[in-house]
Amino acid sequence: MADILELSEAIATHVQDGDFVALEGFTHLIPFAAGHELIRQRRRDLTLVRMTPDLIYDQLIGAGCASKLIYSWGGNPGVGSLHRLRDAVEQQWPRPLQTQEHSHADLANAYVAGAAGLPFAVLRAYAGSDLPKVNPRIRFIECPFTGESLAAVPALRPDVAVIHAQKADRRGNVLLWGILGVQKEAALAARRVIVTVEEIVDDLQAWPNACILPAWTVSAVCHVPGGAAPSYALGYYPRDNRFYNAWDAIARDRDRFAQWIQRHVLETEDFAGFRRALDRSSREAA
Amino acid sequence: MNAPAFSTDEMMTVTAARRLADGAVCFVGIGLPSTAANLARLTHAPRAVLIYESGPIGTRPDVLPLSIGDGELAQTADTVVATPEIFRYWLQGGRVDVGFLGTAQIDRYANLNTTVIGDYHAPKVRLPGAGGAPEIAANAREVLVIVKQSRRSFVDRLDFVTSVGHGEGGDHRERLRLPGRGPVAVITDLCVLEPDPRTRELTVVSLHPGVSREQVAQATGWPLRFADALVETASPRAQELATLRDLHARTAQAHGGPSGADA
Repeated sequence: MADILELSEAIATHVQDGDFVALEGFTHLIPFAAGHELIRQRRRDLTLVRMTPDLIYDQLIGAGCASKLIYSWGGNPGVGSLHRLRDAVEQQWPRPLQTQEHSHADLANAYVAGAAGLPFAVLRAYAGSDLPKVNPRIRFIECPFTGESLAAVPALRPDVAVIHAQKADRRGNVLLWGILGVQKEAALAARRVIVTVEEIVDDLQAWPNACILPAWTVSAVCHVPGGAAPSYALGYYPRDNRFYNAWDAIARDRDRFAQWIQRHVLETEDFAGFRRALDRSSREAA
Repeated sequence: MNAPAFSTDEMMTVTAARRLADGAVCFVGIGLPSTAANLARLTHAPRAVLIYESGPIGTRPDVLPLSIGDGELAQTADTVVATPEIFRYWLQGGRVDVGFLGTAQIDRYANLNTTVIGDYHAPKVRLPGAGGAPEIAANAREVLVIVKQSRRSFVDRLDFVTSVGHGEGGDHRERLRLPGRGPVAVITDLCVLEPDPRTRELTVVSLHPGVSREQVAQATGWPLRFADALVETASPRAQELATLRDLHARTAQAHGGPSGADA
């Protein structure tokens, strides 16, 4: 059984300063509400892992929550750079950020190894690439059967995985559909799991293979409608592409970013408050 | 001289699209490759199977995705699988005919850099990084590259090899025991380049209409080779242009602005 908790309580209970945290969601179902709660509760020295650190990691990094980032593609999809990530790497603002860079295939396999309880993942990768020269965590081993050189990468075992899903039932069984990303693997690789959901229902009424996480694998389920916005939840709301475009200008400037975080995240009580503050801002701008 | 009835971007996209055979299983990068692959599907290659790294297999989006995991890709796919499965079973498993990639920098052996301009630890420009490209470049049976040609993108020496093309040339790929044949064509806004069969050095095999050898050489950061049998690239046909323009118009409308196709 998972605990059904308020998001603030779930974060306070399950995420400590210095933790190794994965917030996953491949474009779809990105756990923005949970990311904001980490900022609101002023978590520090987090090691963050995510295949595609997008806006939510730009916000966490810019707000000073992270000391290290493990990733495989860092950009604002279709728009450009993540300016807060770049500022942290290039100018150490607001604090230095160590980065550890991989490929998608590598991190996907590393989560699988973590979920499978293995110390490392093996994959056919990186031959001829310079990435192993700058990341000592990428090594090569010889296949004991064929002699082929294969990449070996350490398993990912986060302290906490945070994901957003469409539905859970009252026991905490989790239903997720559409672009699946690495959410199931990240959750099963992690020691503690927080799932925010659009809806909590009495009965999932789903086909047997649609439940991606049974309740006993989940630490906490939190009802946060719209909790993936401005990313999307298939069947509930579309991706807010205008926000992704607008973020570029907000994140370019340190002061503008700091004011944005102050007004929309730090000074709001929860995600519903964030969305009201965002609405007020867009009305003022109009 | 009459003004051309198509833009250089359209010329590039149509030429790249034509390289994708009907029925081919194609692992599609976001941006220009996604535009070209979908144009192919909407014209001569209706049975092409498009796979995106976010998990959709056999997707048929009506508008171009702004990002790699747009809902449109999931809703129009034959199936959607988890990201580890895409890389493990489908790409590494040897089920992909063509990897369709873009890049920030390319060298004479079609190695690709999407990681960093300048020194890795003190970068001049920090690019998004590897994503799925290193393993697509290694494992797809063959690779198509689409990139705008300039001295910034066509460089004598890459600052960083993110994804291997033909390595140091010759039989380097075979020595690395890479499963796929590597890049078979590079399509730009000026010309089409193919690797020399022996040295694997990129060689211009066709110039787009109105483009001169000098213009292409000027846009390249190394002494560029031209094929003896250099030809002119066939111009886009009216139906190809109409389909591409419709696709861009639908996309712009759906995303409430520029399609992000060139991002």
